[in-house]
Amino acid sequence: MAHAEGYHPAHAHAHAHGHGHGQPAVHQEEGQQHPIGIYFKIWGLLFVLSAASYMVDYLHLQGYLRWFLIIVFMLLKAGLIVAVFMHMMWERLALMYAIMIPLVFLMVLMGIGALEADYTFFTRGIYFVRGLF
Amino acid sequence: MTQANTTSTAQALTLQDGVPGIVADWSSDQRAFKNVPWGKAMMWIFLLSDTFIFSSFLISYMTVRMSTTVPWPNTSEVFALTLFGKHIPLILIAIMTFVLISSSGTMAMAVRCGYQKNRKMTFILLMVTAALGATFVGMQAFEWSKLISEGVRPWGNPMGAAQFGSAFFMITGFHGTHVSIGVIFLIIVAVKVLRGSLDEQRPGFLTGRRGNYEMVETMGLYWHFVDLVWVFIFAFFYLW
Repeated sequence: MAHAEGYHPAHAHAHAHGHGHGQPAVHQEEGQQHPIGIYFKIWGLLFVLSAASYMVDYLHLQGYLRWFLIIVFMLLKAGLIVAVFMHMMWERLALMYAIMIPLVFLMVLMGIGALEADYTFFTRGIYFVRGLF
Repeated sequence: MTQANTTSTAQALTLQDGVPGIVADWSSDQRAFKNVPWGKAMMWIFLLSDTFIFSSFLISYMTVRMSTTVPWPNTSEVFALTLFGKHIPLILIAIMTFVLISSSGTMAMAVRCGYQKNRKMTFILLMVTAALGATFVGMQAFEWSKLISEGVRPWGNPMGAAQFGSAFFMITGFHGTHVSIGVIFLIIVAVKVLRGSLDEQRPGFLTGRRGNYEMVETMGLYWHFVDLVWVFIFAFFYLW
């Protein structure tokens, strides 16, 4: 590990000596290496999901079915990219949680934004567009 | 009298899994993110902050779209093209999506080839990724000039709600900037790979840090993030 960081070779040296008494040095695999098949599978899936979300528009689906499908395909695509392409599923939980938990705040911000927008729309209806209500 | 603790650090400490692992990692000495090079951890933190920037754009777009009393322009028609005498809705954006997803795939392959020390293949895949990214930016430039010629401005447009223009230019402009910066850095990393700077651990021209193949993975994280943001823009701005 210290060797991989590259910026203090003296440290790496000390580690190499540390393995000196009898035990074989444990060779640590460098970085994230995974079979190529999983990348091709996810790549294919992303194409299929993109095509599916385009079909939502092409087939003129409307209303709740449209919104539901858009969200489902979006979350599946985002999940696959983060988990496999960005190697998140192979990282330690400490990093995973550090990146994922702050996203909860965005949900809160979205909720606040929606409340505020509803209120703005309501007041605009009252004061600007008399015909609306 | 205090006594020095004589523990041996000869063996690597075993890392715990699960929730105790999170507590152990975060309360441990020196570094919270084990088994991750510092550059990669920092890239993740940067991407998290970038997530908040793009989310702020998308959430403000949501509030202006929800609160406007004027109908929102039909994106399906605004971004339609007539190809080979056929009118196809949203086709430009669909092609852009496929271009970006293809580039994400080649980037993942490049990271893998990098760790296998396959210099030539890593270089080729990085350049293919950069070319696809440049194609994406080119198509975005086409899309921008098309909309500007149709009279879309940040303060108004002939198709509907005035907020459409500002949301469009702000969100896609910021994303396009990210793609452009990504293309530049992909080319820089590709050149580093080709001339063997990563194998020889040569110091970089800007930071002076020694080169290593984890740089390719960190670059990959940024590039996949650009694709990830596009997934959300595609869903919320173009499809909604």
